[in-house]
Amino acid sequence: MSTISRHEVVRVAALARIELTEAEIDRLAGELAVIAAAVARVSEVATPDVPATSHPIPMWNVMRDDVPVEPLPVDEILAAAPEAFEGRFAVPQILGEDA
Amino acid sequence: MTELTRLTAAALAAALRAGEVSSVEATRAHLDRMAEVDGAYHAFLRDNAADALAAAAVVDAARMRGEDLSPLAGVPIAVKDNIVTRGLETTAGSRILAGWIPPYDATLVTKLRAAGMPILGKTNLDEFAMGSSTEHSAYGPTRNPWDVTRIPGGSGGGSAAAVASLQAPLAVGSDTGGSIRQPAAVTGTVGVKPTYGGVSRYGLIALASSLDQIGPVARNVEDAAILHEVIGGHDPRDSTSLPDAVAPFADAARHGDVRGMRVGVVLELGGEGYQDGVRASFEAALDLLRDAGAEVVEVSCPSFDFALAAYYLILPAEASSNLARFDGMRYGLRVEPKDGPVTAERVMAATRGAGFGDEVKRRIILGTHALSAGYYDAYYGSAQKVRTLIQRDFTAAFAAADVLVSPTAPTTAFRFGEKIDDPLAMYLNDVATIPANLAGIPGMSLPSGVSGDGLPVGFQILAPAHEDIRLYRVGGVLERALEARWGGPLLDVHGVNGAAE
Repeated sequence: MSTISRHEVVRVAALARIELTEAEIDRLAGELAVIAAAVARVSEVATPDVPATSHPIPMWNVMRDDVPVEPLPVDEILAAAPEAFEGRFAVPQILGEDA
Repeated sequence: MTELTRLTAAALAAALRAGEVSSVEATRAHLDRMAEVDGAYHAFLRDNAADALAAAAVVDAARMRGEDLSPLAGVPIAVKDNIVTRGLETTAGSRILAGWIPPYDATLVTKLRAAGMPILGKTNLDEFAMGSSTEHSAYGPTRNPWDVTRIPGGSGGGSAAAVASLQAPLAVGSDTGGSIRQPAAVTGTVGVKPTYGGVSRYGLIALASSLDQIGPVARNVEDAAILHEVIGGHDPRDSTSLPDAVAPFADAARHGDVRGMRVGVVLELGGEGYQDGVRASFEAALDLLRDAGAEVVEVSCPSFDFALAAYYLILPAEASSNLARFDGMRYGLRVEPKDGPVTAERVMAATRGAGFGDEVKRRIILGTHALSAGYYDAYYGSAQKVRTLIQRDFTAAFAAADVLVSPTAPTTAFRFGEKIDDPLAMYLNDVATIPANLAGIPGMSLPSGVSGDGLPVGFQILAPAHEDIRLYRVGGVLERALEARWGGPLLDVHGVNGAAE
């Protein structure tokens, strides 16, 4: 199992859409290397014959009755948005710079 | 009227029913107490005074009309700030949600309002419930009422401190790896993590969805039980909500009996790494359970040694996915990049860089790494297998014992700054509480006494899934025996709020 390098922090931060300062990258690389080494212990006992558990109390096909209810208040939702325009969320340009 | 804030929730509810006090008076007494002492503790991020008093007046009027009211009608309560409240700012302790006014109520909040419980305010927490000390709150830490130089536990340190310092008779918290139980332990209060799915999580800002559970925070076992009955039960809006009917928890707390019960001491949750004072308090409490007729046995859960490692893969992995919703588009903070084109993706990165604190970034990066191609099987896949092994250990242990017990935390409240620069040391404080979350089983922490350092020690009780009632049965018996020995509730006897004078 690999450790977490500075390069890996930069790669993962881009995947996670988090802008980091140079100082943060340095610090995180050091801290995460220690944490990753500690948590890597799980592979010691995770043998192929052990099934994985994703959910503590198994449930299947949870359904509920299809009952019409009042939708959430659009004005309150948009009032809490960073920016709104004509009853919708307003967002920055979503296509790349080359478009 | 400050004596009103000393009443247990059960006693206050009885006084309200008897017409000896109004809900407006009780709510005002707690708001006054908040104004008086919370400058020292910072348990609350904000009050909800006007709305709470209005809700109290509605309950008082309903009572005057002779309406049939809920058992806790008129009893005020504090709510952790990662549970959404319509019209009342909800931040989860994060800058990224500063100023956010939710457009809906969590099911829990709907239930509290329907029960006529005025909401006093929103309590402090580590950002998005990631931490064991509240030091990761973007709005500054909460201080422990036992010693303001020490942490109140986390993430729900605000709820625990609010209850311990008589600012609220009851509170609610959320427990992902111990965030209800560990704060209870270090503040001398009672906290319960119900069986996974026992209390609706609709409107709880998700941290790790396969681990999160809302539960009661109180000053005694009976109060926690009464609140659990009010907030528990099925919710069609939460697909992980259990269909189980709410059991008579309060009755179990009041009249429980442990004669013939087998109490299992978990060998892996004690011994090395646990402070002497913590161990001594735990052993003394075990003797009281023996005296009450319980049979104390030892059980071994060898996979628990890997629980912390599995937890710190599963939690960051799930958190990295859950927190993707904070993208600066629909709610909360939006920050534009300092230079270059203002595209949505660059705004997301700038917003999340500015809006998340250190611990949240640490866990999102770790979780994203653990889920990324090439690492998934070794990290997340292995952690899920450990989860199976831990469940098997619990199954075997519960074949030998009706409940399991351990100290709630290995240490009493540590000092501010002691672990903030060492994430692993901070994580280790949750070593005894994490296995319950991985297995979905219920757990309770109640005070077993004070350590040699004068600080409270938590005693943890664990029960099989769906058997939360056993926590109240055993917790009630132990609390009665302890209070008989102490001569009253721990907080009073030790004069945390001046009661000993």
